[in-house]
Amino acid sequence: MTDTALLSVRGVTKRYGAHIGCADVSFDLYPGEVMGIVGESGSGKSTLLNCMAGHLEPDAGAVVFDTAVDGPRDTLLMSEPERRMLSRTDWAFVHQHARDGLRMGVSAGGNVGERLMAVGARHYGDIRGSAIDWLGRVEINEARVDDRPTTFSGGMQQRLQIARNLVTGPRLVFMDEPTGGLDVSVQARLLDMIRSLVRDMGLSAIIVTHDLAVVRLLADRLMVMKSGHVVEAGLTDQVLDDPKHAYTQLLVSSILQV
Amino acid sequence: MTDYNFAYLDEQTKRMIRRAILKGLAVPGYQVPFASREMPMPYGWGTGGVQVSAAVMTTDDQFKVIDQGADDTTNAVSIRSFFERTAGVATTTQTAEATVIQTRHRIPERDLTEGQILVYQVPIPEPLRFLEPRESETRKMHSLEEYGLMHVKLYEDISRHGHIATSYAYPVKVEGRYVMDPSPIPKFDNPKLSDCPAIQLFGAGREQRIYALPPYTQVVSLDFEDHPFVASKADHPCGLCGAEDSYLDEVIIDDAGGRMFVCSDTDYCTARQADGFKGKDAA
Ligand SMILES: Nc1ncnc2c1ncn2[C@@H]1O[C@H](COP(=O)(O)OP(=O)(O)OP(=O)(O)O)[C@@H](O)[C@H]1O
Ligand SMILES: [Mg+2]
Repeated sequence: MTDTALLSVRGVTKRYGAHIGCADVSFDLYPGEVMGIVGESGSGKSTLLNCMAGHLEPDAGAVVFDTAVDGPRDTLLMSEPERRMLSRTDWAFVHQHARDGLRMGVSAGGNVGERLMAVGARHYGDIRGSAIDWLGRVEINEARVDDRPTTFSGGMQQRLQIARNLVTGPRLVFMDEPTGGLDVSVQARLLDMIRSLVRDMGLSAIIVTHDLAVVRLLADRLMVMKSGHVVEAGLTDQVLDDPKHAYTQLLVSSILQV
Repeated sequence: MTDYNFAYLDEQTKRMIRRAILKGLAVPGYQVPFASREMPMPYGWGTGGVQVSAAVMTTDDQFKVIDQGADDTTNAVSIRSFFERTAGVATTTQTAEATVIQTRHRIPERDLTEGQILVYQVPIPEPLRFLEPRESETRKMHSLEEYGLMHVKLYEDISRHGHIATSYAYPVKVEGRYVMDPSPIPKFDNPKLSDCPAIQLFGAGREQRIYALPPYTQVVSLDFEDHPFVASKADHPCGLCGAEDSYLDEVIIDDAGGRMFVCSDTDYCTARQADGFKGKDAA
């Protein structure tokens, strides 16, 4: 780990009218780290993630990203073109529902190739080669490269979404419940795959989930949210094995069957 | 003719359309919204082109209308007679004589010259719509020059057909900035868009958009390094005039399935025949 945080989140607050989405969230994410965010439904996990990824505009706070060119910059103060450029180069976002993150009318190869073309790739053979390589890495048979994701199972669609996001070698990946809505055996295989990719590519990631087994497997560190606030944070094993906050204790005892 | 203002539209409306045209000329390839008027013809029959023609037309103009290259189709004839009635302008079928040419689906074969205006009828002005139906999103993509999606479309073409199968309305980039739909002209015509001495105006009536290419604008057809753009056409000479450099239509000539290839540009073909050129099917 280096001294400079890849992402520094400071006092991020988002209200929906009078209602709190997330309040005063601060943390640092270092290169190569995976941060898990857990909490019950409605606790503000997605709100926080979307604020960090630039999909939602927080009411207050800073989201400072260590950009490759200019060093640390508050992404909330960037112009929209800069932020959109970041989202298709250094950042990636994996949606819970694959169809929100895929182009369903475009072939698997086109889906994976889109980000390459968005940053200027203009050699069809190379683009297709990368797409096929990435399909292999997410365990989708190369023969499916010209098929549309509508013909894929839920688990395959999710793996395709991951390939499409990782093909340009992002430095930070946001994931919102990447295994949600899939049946258990499919979940396990997907988790395994995400874990190897994260490890092999040295990815930094922020993963939202309400499944403690997911964070146990993937996350170095953990934040527990309740009613929009972070109630506890620390190393994953510490938080799960020795929860300090009463809410975390409840969460661990009621849900975690390890 | 006295029942109408000159060229049908009132002066107020023409000024509004001219402002849109000027803006379009100032920002080549950018789609300028305009308040399209009801015209005495249904959408899909060139209402956008007709409004642009009406806005640029003067009493001195020589007006030509082509539909897929031909001056004598019902559509071309009715638009021509519309302006004969409402503007009293002279009309012509000769590209060289015409000062304003309204077209659907073709660019004339004969080189255009300075001072001429080519008005295209456009059904769908948005080249990104095929993959991104949200207008709010396509506007943003244009303003931020996010055109990766255009290549996704070409990628899909190659992956499905082995080559870029898009053969008309082939997307172009204008002066290295805006990606533009050139209207459903065959891709054979794309090279003529670039560095053209005439003013090119594009009118989409139903979609209420005008865009433009000022003279000598650089227009490049999108492609891949390993699948370069090719301005293809049927590999035959014209059966009537023998031309080998013009875009051809394939026409069925008898009940036995006999067919021949002829210039789609009727003026070009007629002029060549008058000059003594003869194709193998010429009488
Ligand atoms: N667009 C919105 N308008 C109003 N309130 C919202 C909106 N989106 C979320 N909220 C509210 O903000 C709070 C946090 O929601 P959020 O979606 O961030 O929770 P979450 O932790 O992701 O929940 P889940 O596990 O169900 O996905 C909830 O009370 C929710 O009802
Ligand atoms: Mg959520």
